[in-house]
Amino acid sequence: MNFCNSNHASKVIDRQALDNLFGVLRSQSYTLFGPKVSDQAIVYDEIQATDDLPIGWTDEQDAGSYRLKKRDDQALFGYVVGPHSLKKYLFPPAQRLWQVSRDGEQIKLSPEPEDVVKRAFIAIRSCELHAMAIQAQVFTGGEFVDSTYDSRSRNTFTLAVNCGQAGNTCFCTSMNTGPEVTAGFDLALTEILDGARHEFLVEIGTELGAEVLNAVDFRDAEPEDQQTAKEIVNRATGQMGRSVDTTDIKDLLTRNHGNTRWDEVAERCLSCANCTMVCPTCFCSTVEDVTDLSGDNAERWRRWDSCFTMDFSYIAGGNVRTSTKSRYRQWMTHKLATWHDQFGTSGCVGCGRCITWCPVAIDITEEVAAIRRTDVAGATEPLKRGA
Amino acid sequence: MSTLEFTKEQMVLADPMLPTWFRVQCVRRETHDTFTLDLACQDGGGRFSFAPGQFNMLYVFGVGEVPISISGDPATKEIVVHTIRAVGAVTRAMRNLKRGDQVGVRGPFGSAWPVKEAVGRDIVIVTGGIGLAPLRPAFYHVLAHRNDYNRVVLLYGARTRDDILYRDELKLWRGELDLEVEVTVDSSVGRWRGNVGVVTKFIPRAEFDPGNTTALICGPEVMMRFTIQALVDRGVETRDIHVSMERNMKCAVGFCGHCQYGSKFICKDGPVFRFSEIEDIFGIREL
Repeated sequence: MNFCNSNHASKVIDRQALDNLFGVLRSQSYTLFGPKVSDQAIVYDEIQATDDLPIGWTDEQDAGSYRLKKRDDQALFGYVVGPHSLKKYLFPPAQRLWQVSRDGEQIKLSPEPEDVVKRAFIAIRSCELHAMAIQAQVFTGGEFVDSTYDSRSRNTFTLAVNCGQAGNTCFCTSMNTGPEVTAGFDLALTEILDGARHEFLVEIGTELGAEVLNAVDFRDAEPEDQQTAKEIVNRATGQMGRSVDTTDIKDLLTRNHGNTRWDEVAERCLSCANCTMVCPTCFCSTVEDVTDLSGDNAERWRRWDSCFTMDFSYIAGGNVRTSTKSRYRQWMTHKLATWHDQFGTSGCVGCGRCITWCPVAIDITEEVAAIRRTDVAGATEPLKRGA
Repeated sequence: MSTLEFTKEQMVLADPMLPTWFRVQCVRRETHDTFTLDLACQDGGGRFSFAPGQFNMLYVFGVGEVPISISGDPATKEIVVHTIRAVGAVTRAMRNLKRGDQVGVRGPFGSAWPVKEAVGRDIVIVTGGIGLAPLRPAFYHVLAHRNDYNRVVLLYGARTRDDILYRDELKLWRGELDLEVEVTVDSSVGRWRGNVGVVTKFIPRAEFDPGNTTALICGPEVMMRFTIQALVDRGVETRDIHVSMERNMKCAVGFCGHCQYGSKFICKDGPVFRFSEIEDIFGIREL
C-alpha cells in the first residue's frame, strides 16, 4: 500500500474511493455532516454516503433570492453555499449551559458533559473554513475560553472542497478568503468533471488527512490533473458576482457614523435578523433561565441572538439602539470595521449569505460602495479645551 | 479522589460561565428602590478578592442573572457587597431574598479604577445616582490609604433627598477634615435645605489641581458628559479622567456580543475606561 509521507503531495480518487473515504471516517467513529438537499435548499445535515450529497443540483443566488436548479451533469459539489454554516455545529443555535437543582438547603450545579462527538465536516468551502477560524478566535482566542466551543471544535475532521463556480452574491476574493482552500483542512478536494471523467484531486493538509486517504484507493496526481484543478478554481475566481473595495474600510466606516446612507438603508431594512442568522461568523447570543413547575430545577440555555433585535441593547432606562438605522450600522460596522480592533481580522468572509437571504435584498457590498461614494468626515464634536 | 480527578474539578470550576454559590448574610434597604446585598461564600471559609470598579454576575435561582458592580470594601475578603436598584425581574427578586438564601455568583469581571496610578495625585470622584455604588470601593481604598493621595474630593448628585445613597457614610465622610464631600439633589421636594442642582456645578469651585488630578466618574451618560466637559474646562486632561460605562450584558466574558461599544466590549475592556480611549465614540447616539 502506498503511504504518503509528504503532506502536500496531491492524489486523485474517484467517486467510489470518495464513498470509501466516508466509510473510513465512519469506521473511525466520525459522524459525517455535509450538504444535502432539504426544503428546497442545500443545507448541512448528517450524511452517510456520496448518494446523500446534492448530486446534479446547483443553486442560483441573487440579492433576496435563492433557487435550486438541476444541472445537466452529476456533479457532487456543483453549487455554492446554502443558508447553513458550520457554526450550527460548533456554536449550536440553542445549547444548555448547565442545570441546577435545589433540595432544601442543597444546591447542586451540573455543568454540561464535555462534548465528545467526533464530527467530520464534508465539502467545506474556503469561506467557511475562514469563518470557522474567525469564530474560534472569538470563543477560544482570548482571555476567556468558551469550554463548549472548545470541546466541540477539538474532535473534527475537515474535508474541504475547492469552489468550481461562484455565485452571484459571492465576494470571497475581495475578502481574501477564497475560493481556493489554502489552510485549515485535513483533506481538500477539487471536483474534476469532464464528460465521462469524474474524479477528485485530493490535497493533503494534515497527517490525519493522509491516514484517512491512505485507507482508500488513489493514484498520484499528474501535472495535468493539477493544472485542471487550478483552472477549475480560477474559473470560480472569475465568476464572483459581487466585490467590495476594502481599502481603508475600518476608518471609512468609523468616520461615517453620521452618513445619511444609514437612514436610507434603514428605510428598507426589516430588522428581521436573517443576515445575522445566516452569517457564519456572527456570534451574538443571549441566555435564557428556565425552571420546571416545582421551581426546584432550573437550567440555563444559550441561544443565538441578533443585534437587530430591540432588546439586544436593553439597559435599565431603555434600549440603546432603538432605531433600525443604528442596528444596521452596528451590524455592518462591527462586521467590517470594529471586528479588526477586537479580533485582528475582518468579520466578513464574503460568502454572500447575508445578501442572498435578506428578504428585501439589502446588499452589504452595495452599502459599502454607497458609504464610500458619500464619505463624510467624522461627525463627533471634539471637546473644547479649557484653561 | 485521585490527583487527576481533582485537577478536572478545578478546571470545571474555572469555567467562567459557571456560577458558584454564595449565601445571603443580609439584605439592607438603602432607599425606596435600592438595597444592599451582603454575600458570603457558601462554606463560610472562602475569600473573595476584587479590584474597585469590577462587577459580578449575580444569579437568582430560576429567575435570571444580571451584572452588578461590587460596592463593598476591597480590603474585606469574607463578605461581597452589592448595592442594587430594583428595576427588573431579577433585581426585584433579589430584593425579596432573605438571610441564608443562596445566590449564584460569577466574577469578578472587568477593569478597575486606577487607584494605584492615582497615588501622589488629587482624587476627584463625581457620581450621580446609583453610580456611587461602583465608586465606593475606590473611595474605601483611598480612605484606607489616605496618605498616598493629596486632596480627595467626592461630589455626589441624587434625584431627590430620598434617593441619597449611603446617607450615614456620606455624613461621616463629610465630617472628615481632609475630605471635600458635596451632595446635591436635582429637585428639592419636602424637607431639604441642602444644595439643589446638577453635580457639575461643584467642579469649577472644588479644591484640586487640574494638572495633578485623577478623576473617577460614574453616573448616567448625560451626567458624565457634562462632568467631563466641566473637568476639561478646569484643565484636566482626558487621559486623567476615568468613566464607568454600562451596556446590556449576558456573559461578562466577551462571548455574547451584547455589551459592544464601538470596538470595545464593556465587560472585558471596561467597565472602567480611561476617557481618552473612548473620547471619539462617547456621546455618539445609539452607538
